[in-house]
Amino acid sequence: MAALRAGEANLGTTIMAVEFDGGVVVGADSRTTTGSYIANRVTDKLTKVHEHIYCCRSGSAADTQAVADVVKYHLDMYSAQHGEAPTVKVAASLFQEICYQNKNNLSAGIIVAGWDARDGASVYNIPLGGSLHRETFAIGGSGSTYIYGYCDKVFRTGMSRDECVEFVKNSVSLAMTRDGSSGGVIRLAVITKAGVERIFVPGNMLPSQYLG
Amino acid sequence: MAPLTEPSAGFKFDNVKRNQLLGDKGYKLPTATKTGTTIVGLIFKDGLILGADTRATAGPIVADKNCEKIHYLAPNMYCCGAGTAADTEFTTNMISSQLALHSLNTGREVRVVAAMTMLKQYLYKYHGHVGAALVLGGYDVTGPHLFTIYPHGSTDKLPYVTMGSGSLAAMSVFESRWRPGMSREEGIEVVKDAIEAGIFNDLGSGSNVDVCVITKGNAEYLRNYSTPNERVQKEQSYRFTPGTTEFYAPRVARQAQEPAEMDTSA
Repeated sequence: MAALRAGEANLGTTIMAVEFDGGVVVGADSRTTTGSYIANRVTDKLTKVHEHIYCCRSGSAADTQAVADVVKYHLDMYSAQHGEAPTVKVAASLFQEICYQNKNNLSAGIIVAGWDARDGASVYNIPLGGSLHRETFAIGGSGSTYIYGYCDKVFRTGMSRDECVEFVKNSVSLAMTRDGSSGGVIRLAVITKAGVERIFVPGNMLPSQYLG
Repeated sequence: MAPLTEPSAGFKFDNVKRNQLLGDKGYKLPTATKTGTTIVGLIFKDGLILGADTRATAGPIVADKNCEKIHYLAPNMYCCGAGTAADTEFTTNMISSQLALHSLNTGREVRVVAAMTMLKQYLYKYHGHVGAALVLGGYDVTGPHLFTIYPHGSTDKLPYVTMGSGSLAAMSVFESRWRPGMSREEGIEVVKDAIEAGIFNDLGSGSNVDVCVITKGNAEYLRNYSTPNERVQKEQSYRFTPGTTEFYAPRVARQAQEPAEMDTSA
């Protein structure tokens, strides 16, 4: 697996996506680092690749941006040629294809989530090796290791939209406090048939927790 | 001879393996010359301002005391370069030429995102071996835009940015002084102070401050806007007064004589 090169911008990250009936909630912290320096404290790691499909990026900033740009290009071609929007599964498969075939040269962990007319809301996780998993909720990035237990304990199937937003906020916030490579603000997106709603949680409005 | 084959679509990493092989066989890859630099940019009320110091270094030597680090890309776009001096120069020149052709083809003023995309795709292709760290700024039909572009090909879009070895010093000025909707005069002052923070606190940066103000339909290049390191009159004279060194007696020796003139007449 490709290690991060010296001086490369890194998304040492916490990213997350949760399915609910009729949509998905995606969330991420906002920290981009080069070594110990924070190159960007308000990064948007949630990248739109089609009308109702977003991806959460973790790993090398350059690699994930390049991969997302290529997938965006293919999805735009797909919808132009087929006259209909691609499914989330198509988008996730494209990401997997690129991540798997170039696995030795890329460091990219990507979560793909969105809504489509065929399958409704869905979340796909593509970790470092390039495998593809459909999950009801997915977490990723360096910060995710701190919240596996929390997420498994708190997650319930059949949560409402607002419950999912709270779940993502709380989980990402907990990861941000323990993971030095995650931090800043929380960026969220709620994707439903109706469209995309972006939510911004500033650093001084994060959910409170034990801070010692 | 091998038959011609259709090039496969997508990513290619052939050169990485080749370079690895050459490295394993003992070939020392040449090391790139990196320059210490402070470059910055910020958005203000009517547009954006770019700034740069003017020191170019080759290892510990100051190679140029007054070089230009703000490069021209298009009439509405300029780009500050840090990192390998040759790479920033050639990359911006090449993209500038492509942008000129692009605007001629489309008959429109070229957009900043187009330049950003071309730069990042070019740099990504070379995996960071083209050592150009850039601050790209411009004003197009969609308004003012400011980007940072890293040598590996990642980009950020922010209202105020710094890059180069002096970026930490410069960012400390921006983080305490930048406000949304600043006036042109305020903006230039903050940019100047950010670059001077780099000049005074970072060994890799020095000499003068270059500034470039880009607004709707106008770009103003203020070369050597601030010169905080001008050589001044020495406070003391180091001239030796005649007779400082004692001597016993003067002796005047005749230097080698000029050769006798040659007769060149026929």
